[in-house]
Amino acid sequence: MKIAVCVKQVPDTTEIRINPETGTLIRDGVPSILNPDDANALEEALRVKDNLPGSEVTVITMGPPQAKEMLQECIAMGADDAILLSDRALGGSDTWATSNALAAGIRNAGSFDLILAGRQAIDGDTAQVGPQIAEKLGLPQVTYVKEFSLEGDYVKVKRALEDGYEVLKVKLPCVLTAIKELNEPRYMSVPGILKAAKHDIKVWNAVDIGVDLTTVGLKASPTNVFKSFTPKPKGEGIAVEGDTPKEKAASLVNALKEKHLI
Amino acid sequence: MKDFTEYKNIWVFAEQRQGKLMNVTLELIGEGYKLSRERGDGAKVCAVIAGNGVSPLADELYQYGADMVYVLEHPLLTQYTTDGYAKAITDAINTYKPEIVLFGATHIGRDLAPRIAARLNTGLTADCTRLDINVSNYMDYLEENTTASLNGLDRNDQSKGLKQTRPAFGGNLMATIVTPNTRPQMATVRPGVMTKREKIQGAKGELIKAEVDLTPDDINVEVLEVVKAAKEMVSLTDAKIICSGGRGLGDPEGFKLIEEFASTVGGVVGASRAAVDAGWIDPIHQVGQTGTTVKPEIYFACGISGAIQHLAGMQTSKIIVAINKDPECPMMKLADYSIEGDLKKVIPEIMALWNQ
Repeated sequence: MKIAVCVKQVPDTTEIRINPETGTLIRDGVPSILNPDDANALEEALRVKDNLPGSEVTVITMGPPQAKEMLQECIAMGADDAILLSDRALGGSDTWATSNALAAGIRNAGSFDLILAGRQAIDGDTAQVGPQIAEKLGLPQVTYVKEFSLEGDYVKVKRALEDGYEVLKVKLPCVLTAIKELNEPRYMSVPGILKAAKHDIKVWNAVDIGVDLTTVGLKASPTNVFKSFTPKPKGEGIAVEGDTPKEKAASLVNALKEKHLI
Repeated sequence: MKDFTEYKNIWVFAEQRQGKLMNVTLELIGEGYKLSRERGDGAKVCAVIAGNGVSPLADELYQYGADMVYVLEHPLLTQYTTDGYAKAITDAINTYKPEIVLFGATHIGRDLAPRIAARLNTGLTADCTRLDINVSNYMDYLEENTTASLNGLDRNDQSKGLKQTRPAFGGNLMATIVTPNTRPQMATVRPGVMTKREKIQGAKGELIKAEVDLTPDDINVEVLEVVKAAKEMVSLTDAKIICSGGRGLGDPEGFKLIEEFASTVGGVVGASRAAVDAGWIDPIHQVGQTGTTVKPEIYFACGISGAIQHLAGMQTSKIIVAINKDPECPMMKLADYSIEGDLKKVIPEIMALWNQ
């Protein structure tokens, strides 16, 4: 089995704070991580490889040169190969343009039996790139995958819904997007870390992947950021007074009653 | 500037599961109605419903404000498949040329909309929490609720592009996205954010049966089973009072107290991602960026420090009450009423006083 896994390096948004004076994001010192859902996608690919020796797992990302660090982490977890699509011409791509680039990168890397991605990245939370890669590659998709099994030429998956789940059967090749319920990602191994240090990560530019340059980058993107801003901080709240829990509870209940909320 | 005059009307994907319309569909018809009138050029709000034997649902769609209903019926649309729905709806969009297409940001909407947008080579904005056409209204919103500068905006601007506002970075940052050069303009919208219209009994509209051209070869995914969870959907979006618990509960037992609290105050149980990730409570209770967006009358945040993802899903609640040992945590700063203390001592006292 040849498996491609689409990954993204993201700022750890749980570490981001707002500067209360300026209302802007404080990104200094915020670590970059492998996007959590993508780690689940990679784990599932590695499990297929564990069960089917001889399988190959290739991770692919689009991003700045420092995304190499994350790709090394993927190699250290057990991926066989890593590709970084990095080019100023790809910068500022929205999800449509990103999927054009990633689809071209995947095509350039060879033919794959299975393509996995995380459902969504924690910086943008769009969940659009997985399905859009599937469309650009002309492959069927299943999103929100929480259980996976390989049955010959087919995969059988459980797709999570808000009020239950679906069991679906899809012929390979196909694109699946993973959620955290799918598995528990493994840690990097010591031999893996040693291998990653020596591994030569492929870095491809827009010309290398043969993508139509009118379909990538900021200018080609159908969506534009019109404005970005932060929500206005709320007015000062009230610290409920009282010496005991009982007194504090009484002050609160009285305040809510005064506002006719009880 | 491209000529988009042939694109008209605002479409809402009318998501139904097992023949029942999703709440977000009705919310979007309400929003689409408002936007169509904001355009002021005779634009209509139209529901597009796919399935098999779904035309009887048209009446309900009219009652909530739809001017028109496009019905896409075919035996191969009996169950939701990405392939079947994407083809049928893309074909209908190409035939009827809507100006705007809205989807609920559900597990189905977020599966389907990106596929259709990629096929149409148009823009899609995910998980919107606000939509504007009228520039002056948009400026009012920015002025009242955000720190944005109004530079470059003009209240007399008559342009009719859709301004799609959404949270990013877990709600720390908001962005307004536009789709200037392609049509239709497409967006998914978070459930629970938009307001449905008052139901009008007997309301009527125009029904159009659109042609559906599907063969079994078009569908590459076989649906073996659709399982509805035995548990009821937690109606967080409709709740007037929510009692939410986080890591500060200390252990899964803490949710017993939250459940008692909720039943005493007539509320619904919510949870932070930390509590869900710890396995203390089912994910259906999760409030926040990856859970449900809520705006109750009163939100009790018990032992929730206030990670930005959580704040993004509840900060528009009318009154926020935080109970926490740490007076410096973000939730205590955000709260209208903050109670510093041990929630296991404070909550029973609130319960004792509530119904007196």
